Amino acid sequence: MLKNVTLGQYFPGDTPVHKLDPRTKLIFLIGYIVALFLAKNWASYALIFITLAAVSYTAHIKPKTLLSGLKPLLFIVVFTALINLLYGPGEPLYTFWIFRITRQGIHNAVFMVLRIMMLVCGTFMLTYTTSPLSLTDGLELLLNPLKKIKLPVHELSMMMSIALRFIPTLIEETDKIMSAQKARGAAFDTGKLTDRARALLPLLVPLFVGAFRRADELATAMECRCYHGGEGRTRMKQLRFAGIDFAAFALCALLIAAVCVLRHFGL
Amino acid sequence: MPIIKVESLTHVYSRGTPFEKVAVDGIDLEIEKGEFVGIIGHTGSGKSTFIQHLNGLLSPDTGRVIIDGTDPASSKEAARDVRFKVGLVFQYPEYQLFEETVYRDIAFGPKNMGLNDAEIDEYVRRAAWFVGVPESLFESSPLELSGGQKRRVAIAGVIAMRPQVLILDEPTAGLDPAGRESILENICNYHQTTGATVLLVSHSMDDIARIASRLVVFSHGRVALDGAPADVFSHAGELKSMGLAVPQATEIALALKKRGVDIDESIYTINYLRKLLVSLRGEVGKC
Repeated sequence: MLKNVTLGQYFPGDTPVHKLDPRTKLIFLIGYIVALFLAKNWASYALIFITLAAVSYTAHIKPKTLLSGLKPLLFIVVFTALINLLYGPGEPLYTFWIFRITRQGIHNAVFMVLRIMMLVCGTFMLTYTTSPLSLTDGLELLLNPLKKIKLPVHELSMMMSIALRFIPTLIEETDKIMSAQKARGAAFDTGKLTDRARALLPLLVPLFVGAFRRADELATAMECRCYHGGEGRTRMKQLRFAGIDFAAFALCALLIAAVCVLRHFGL
Repeated sequence: MPIIKVESLTHVYSRGTPFEKVAVDGIDLEIEKGEFVGIIGHTGSGKSTFIQHLNGLLSPDTGRVIIDGTDPASSKEAARDVRFKVGLVFQYPEYQLFEETVYRDIAFGPKNMGLNDAEIDEYVRRAAWFVGVPESLFESSPLELSGGQKRRVAIAGVIAMRPQVLILDEPTAGLDPAGRESILENICNYHQTTGATVLLVSHSMDDIARIASRLVVFSHGRVALDGAPADVFSHAGELKSMGLAVPQATEIALALKKRGVDIDESIYTINYLRKLLVSLRGEVGKC
């Protein structure tokens, strides 16, 4: 039942995209998002779309996978589209009650939907091709300069990797407890809203008890191995930029530059 | 009519992704009312997936499951109906305890069945009696009990629905020997007193050899062997190639046979082995 949650899932692979340094992918993603927000016209959207398609093709991620990941966002996408459509500025093409549909409104709605979808798909490309562990490693290294202003970078990234690490475990556990309670006749998907809320109790109590137990065990296990924070900690896998990373940086810069040019010459 | 009838059941996990896995691959099986069936198989052989089909928690990708004339996959109501007929005790069932008191936790199933308070009380007390949970514990929190007691309460929570079929997935995993022994005894007792059909999944060949009247061996999502314990354990070589063991008694008999002792190698209980050995010793005189 919960198996179809693809958000934040990692698909192992051996493609050039998988091999990129996680820092490169993070920076590329930031560049991609910047380009997406700079984009103003069809040509630049097409360019960004081609980039996305090329990356997903290289990474062997099927369009179907990306689209199914978008499903939970359907409501937000539709809502944004409607708001933009119904409250656009400019000359109304059609008016009813308090709503005015304008040419600008339609334009805004289409671009906004495309922007949200490409934004989310772009971040999916990162999480689909990067294991959570190397992702947090990359993040920690990128944020390292912030240690100067006393930001506990290592602790934050450790918390993040632990949280990411336990998402699948918790999903699995939820599934198990749900099955066990269903086997005792619990009904999670029928009845009134209040009944359904009450029906969650047999699920949530064991889930929380389990999460606290696990947290306790993990803390003990970490202390047993003398964990004492990031001070003087070395890593088994040293991250190093390679040629392919520089190629990715170049591509990213090119994308932003192209979008800027297109923005100014408004094609 | 068999109480459980499974026809060419197949189940695939994560179809269409890189994680696709055929968990159950074309299983045909019939189980008669009142049988005590032991299910064995190495980790990942499809046992757990299989048993979840028997009470409608999973729906078959292809094939059918008929429980006492009903197909749990046919409708939501049928699935719910079947869930009260087929009680399923998961691995480490103590992690599903959630109520404030032991009594209320055991009463969760019967309450879902829509029984009245008097019936619920009767069902709960009877179930607690079956698994040896004393009434003095009824008002304590299930989370404060010892591991063994929690396990008993959780099993009682399933037995309290008075299922016609009771399925237990590794009910003795992680318990001490005394705890294992008494839980197995409770299960046997339940089987004999109520005449319910029992399916017991276990990794312990010795336990299962002693109490089951029929064994079904799973391997790679298929039924590899099916029959009386003596038949199944006479395929010692095959069992070992599937990553399974044979009971210690069979192991000893096989070793003795290898050294030229004339002994029946299909024995599987320690008691029978002892009898045989004593009689053998009688034949060769004192040594």
